[in-house]
Amino acid sequence: MYRRIEWIYAWLLLMPALILLFAFTHYPAVTTFWASFFSTPRGRRQAEFVGLENYITLIEDETFWQVLLNNTWFALITIPVSISLALIMALWVDGKLRGRSFIRMAYFAPTVLPLIAVANIWMFFYTPGFGLIDQVRGLFGFGEVNWLGDPELALGSVIVVAIWKEAGFFMIFYLAALQSIPPSLREAAAIEGASRWTYFRRIVFPLLMPTTLFVSVNAVINSFRLVDHIFVMTNGGPNNASSLLLFYIYETAFQYWETAYASTLTVVLLLLLSLLAIGQFYFVDRKVHYR
Amino acid sequence: MSGVEIEVRALTKSWEEATAVDGISFTAPAGAFTVLLGPSGCGKSTSLRLIAGLEEATAGQILIDGEDVTQQPPNKRQISMVFQSYALFPHLSVAENILFGLKVRRVPVPEQSARLEKTAALLGLSELLKRRPSQLSGGQQQRVALGRAIIAEKPICLMDEPLSNLDAKLRHEMRIELRALQQKLGLTMVYVTHDQAEAISMADKIIVLNGGRIEQAASPRAIYETPASLFTARFIGTPPMNLLRLAKQEGGWRIAGDTAPFAESFDGPHPDELVLGLRPEDLGVADSGGLPALVESIEYLGSDNLIDCRVGSERLTARLPHRHRITPGELVRLTWAQGAAHLFNAITGERLAEASRLYAGSSHDLQNDRGRQIAANSTAATGAS
Ligand SMILES: Nc1ncnc2c1ncn2[C@@H]1O[C@H](COP(=O)(O)OP(=O)(O)OP(=O)(O)O)[C@@H](O)[C@H]1O
Ligand SMILES: [Mg+2]
Repeated sequence: MYRRIEWIYAWLLLMPALILLFAFTHYPAVTTFWASFFSTPRGRRQAEFVGLENYITLIEDETFWQVLLNNTWFALITIPVSISLALIMALWVDGKLRGRSFIRMAYFAPTVLPLIAVANIWMFFYTPGFGLIDQVRGLFGFGEVNWLGDPELALGSVIVVAIWKEAGFFMIFYLAALQSIPPSLREAAAIEGASRWTYFRRIVFPLLMPTTLFVSVNAVINSFRLVDHIFVMTNGGPNNASSLLLFYIYETAFQYWETAYASTLTVVLLLLLSLLAIGQFYFVDRKVHYR
Repeated sequence: MSGVEIEVRALTKSWEEATAVDGISFTAPAGAFTVLLGPSGCGKSTSLRLIAGLEEATAGQILIDGEDVTQQPPNKRQISMVFQSYALFPHLSVAENILFGLKVRRVPVPEQSARLEKTAALLGLSELLKRRPSQLSGGQQQRVALGRAIIAEKPICLMDEPLSNLDAKLRHEMRIELRALQQKLGLTMVYVTHDQAEAISMADKIIVLNGGRIEQAASPRAIYETPASLFTARFIGTPPMNLLRLAKQEGGWRIAGDTAPFAESFDGPHPDELVLGLRPEDLGVADSGGLPALVESIEYLGSDNLIDCRVGSERLTARLPHRHRITPGELVRLTWAQGAAHLFNAITGERLAEASRLYAGSSHDLQNDRGRQIAANSTAATGAS
């Protein structure tokens, strides 16, 4: 009897969290998965079971493949660049530097700003002719460049903004980790005659591995998740050159109202993310030393 | 490897807000165990870090083996160091921790393993080589830190309070091991501690620091037997030395708050106040004669009793064996031998040579029994035999 009351308590206490989790995460995920096997309901026409038809459409959809390729490039560049930049900045800021707290804040600022605001700032930088970048280039006699309008450059320009936004955020994690390394380790290494580079490679870098793992999982997720600036800056254009997977899903679902196909895309995105996350933990975790 | 001498000349280290080391000069003789001793914040760690080259000196010189190394980086100073926190690399195994320096210096691998084996055997770490520091006890971590220092085969070893994290028993064992190791390897050891018992039991030479200056630099015996200043006297010994204020009076001195004369005047100029120092373990009791004192409380120590008593307004503690049956409220007659007393100038803290003339014997030792017979000057002292 007593036992059962305990159980009831436990379930009652868990209930609010469980309801939220199921209502807003698991249920939508399952219905999305379910919907990906049906046609899009239009007007009077009910959704019909179509089996794998949506998935066949997906494989034949050139835009999907382009967007996936864009996103791969976006990830391949933003993840390593923002992480290494974050690490370099953190190492620099961690040193005995005058005005350290100011610099720390300056680097962190992009993180605090909403991505939409960041995008607006960068719109100004990128404006052809009189944007900041073109003005500087003008000083050296270079011509105008349409950074966001050129299919060759649009994706790159969007990547730069994402790096700018992310590096400061990751730096904070690295900085916190660096400051938890006791200074006596550096002194012990110095007494053994280790150079700064040796100290970094043999001591600091391995000790930062848990942070690197955490940051890189975040970076991977963000590289599929951060699309706010695309709305403001390019709207995926020109000609889908800067469109990313999540942006494409949004377009499909809420501009073309192809909800069934959007569900299919979402399932693919979820699959991709879980594979990446599992892979990361599986491979990297063995090399990580947790204190 | 055998030790080399370290000489420190007028070494000073100050920051904008504070001076940690204020012009200290001393030598740590080759192959000797030198201890830097002092209370918290007196500049011990800073001195050691200056010798190690981890801090830059504001002024002064550091000579190692006769060579000026003041501007040299730590790895040019022939030193190894054991940090108070051990500073083990948490992600490396015991073996990798110990070998870190050899790897950095690209010592050939066969030599690395030979030296590792030898060091591990010496420190009893052979079974633990694959473990991480977090899987070791405090004493084992300490040994790894020690291993990292001695495998380097540097002639100088610096240690900053390496035993402070250990429990009493382990600390005692490690003291003995450390001392034996230092002697076996002939290392020049500079060892920082605030624990005077540790200093006395291990050192060849103790340097007592106070507020960034040297109070006394001498052998443990000399420091215990003839503390050069009031500070050293207070600092060395457990329980600490009894310090009784002496007030000047007509023709001599009396213990503060007491009415009876205590000592005749000494030659030479003296301030109005002196301090008499008596170690609790130097005190005895007699049936008659001696210095009468009122017993206030008794603390049981196991082997001995600590008797807290009062003379005038001054308190003092005597360490006496159990066979003396003493109860609180009783009057005891305290005695001490010739040469056991210490005398200091209360203003400057300096030691006064006249101390040796002060002693209190039982009435049997003295020719004339007057209840209180304290010999103060040379004539009285020779009067007792
Ligand atoms: N980096 C620093 N900046 C300013 N003052 C410092 C610095 N390091 C030490 N000090 C000051 O120098 C004095 C001596 O410090 P030190 O660490 O040498 O003391 P210590 O004798 O080792 O004490 P403890 O037994 O507590 O370790 C202290 O008053 C300390 O506040
Ligand atoms: Mg210290």
